Amino acid sequence: MATTTKTEFVESTGQVGGADTVRPPLRQRLEPWFFVAPSLILLLMVGLFPIVYTGYFSFHDWTMGFGTPSFSGLSNYIEALTTKAFGLSVARTLVLLAITLPVQLALGMAIALALDAPHNPFLKRLLQICLVIPIAVTPAVIGLLAQLMFNQQFGIINYLIGLVGIGPVDWLGGSVSAFATVVIVQIWEWTPFVALVLSASLATVPKDIEEAAMLETARWWPRFKSVVLPYMWPGITAALVFQTAFTVKAFGMIYSIAKGGPGGATRTAMLHIERVGFRGFDVGLASAESVLMLVMSIVLAQIYIKAFYRDS
Amino acid sequence: MLRHWFGKAVHGVGIILILITILFPLYWMIAASLKTADQLFSVPPVWFWHPTLSGYIDAIFDSGILTALKNSVIVTSCAIALGLAVGAPAAYGIARYSFVGRKQIWFWYVTNWMLVPVVILLPFYLTASSLNLINSPLVLILVYQVFVVPLIVWLLVDQFRSVPVVLEEAALLDGLNRFEIFWRVALPLVKPGIAVAAILAGIFAWNNLIFASVLTPSDEARTAPTIAMAYLGGYSVPWTKVMASATMICAPVIVGGIVVHKYIARGLTLGAVK
Repeated sequence: MATTTKTEFVESTGQVGGADTVRPPLRQRLEPWFFVAPSLILLLMVGLFPIVYTGYFSFHDWTMGFGTPSFSGLSNYIEALTTKAFGLSVARTLVLLAITLPVQLALGMAIALALDAPHNPFLKRLLQICLVIPIAVTPAVIGLLAQLMFNQQFGIINYLIGLVGIGPVDWLGGSVSAFATVVIVQIWEWTPFVALVLSASLATVPKDIEEAAMLETARWWPRFKSVVLPYMWPGITAALVFQTAFTVKAFGMIYSIAKGGPGGATRTAMLHIERVGFRGFDVGLASAESVLMLVMSIVLAQIYIKAFYRDS
Repeated sequence: MLRHWFGKAVHGVGIILILITILFPLYWMIAASLKTADQLFSVPPVWFWHPTLSGYIDAIFDSGILTALKNSVIVTSCAIALGLAVGAPAAYGIARYSFVGRKQIWFWYVTNWMLVPVVILLPFYLTASSLNLINSPLVLILVYQVFVVPLIVWLLVDQFRSVPVVLEEAALLDGLNRFEIFWRVALPLVKPGIAVAAILAGIFAWNNLIFASVLTPSDEARTAPTIAMAYLGGYSVPWTKVMASATMICAPVIVGGIVVHKYIARGLTLGAVK
């Protein structure tokens, strides 16, 4: 019903086609663009123009501050793809994704189910409010706090695991342990977001269908799998899309934990490109690597959007 | 009956454990900001102490945190204002008109959210430095639109769609044109949605480190997340001061987050979950 009214409203302002109607006057056809154009121009300026500029630099050799860019063909791309540093940083990003995504999804689902259960309304309300906190806290601050808490000598984490006889672990000193720290903190930071998304999508399961399934079988898992899960796919996909974006884009937290160290162990693609461009001043190489990252994120976004909008 | 009681207890304990995991780090940050250095470094940790504000006093008097917070307030509020000025009409246009390219525009906005910031960072830096705009809040306000505008548009498209069309049709019969309808009928009705969009966009603008650290690096121009990083340069980190600053930096976003907690999932999922 709502959609019909909307169409009528749209049509009443001149969107009608057909034999006996005249083409709407130019002013009416342009009307939507008066609303949309400012944002479009702004985003072209800040979101698209710089990408074109980056594309231009990716085919040139230029050290920032020295001389002028000189055309160098594909050499930057060849360097990016053949030297280890970039490949390793992309691999680290993908490993971070591969570890954190499943854990965040599983924990997030557990929290969402806990929020859906009928018990303890006060605790559930409190949890709903608190879930937003890790999402809102400044990532750079989260990284600083992690440095304090994971400190080898006086960190609370080593004290706590010491109580059960583990450690002390040199969290930020070793390459594997530093990466593990980033993984743990990333999970702490974004699992609540997954939980909120899944909890919202759990609320879309119609209660009467769930009750009907309850009569069918008393066992939880078959009920969950065949009744609840189908309603949750859009939410699960949304959580995956956003976690992928948040992880690939993560900078503040990872940078403030260890600045990519020790020995590059936590240097994800974002940190690597920032380093090449703003510490090595190699504009051409940084641009080529940025373009490769852009292609990767467009491919990922397209895959996700396709999967994502089929259902909704 | 016993089973019900047991389930309730397990559920309660589980939620309390999650709450502790979420809240303990923040408690630890605030606690550290109220300790002396000796108390902060003590092993085993000090659980009861007489709180001191010396960390806050150090932070406020010798590290320019107030300037950084002021810069963050200016940049964030201007970024929100600009984002709303262009984003609210765009959301209305997308919600209420059908026109060629509407879907493509919307998808492109979505893609901007996925955009890896480094891709636009270098050109922004080079353009800004050739225009002498490095360390100007204007550059940050502009670059933040890359994520502020899409976020505002997604949230408000939903909001405008939920405004009853009959209200706008009545206004049309009263002789108002579409711009007046947008401004005087639709916009006032989505005020709560605008507040939520503003706060959500504000959280992301406030928290940004990568653009801020490159585009506004000077002592006078840097924003709050950047100054937090500045302490880590030396050999000994002044932890009480760092944690006092950290608490001040994230207090506004935590409050903002709690205010909009109901909408944060919906806002960031493009309405996939409804």
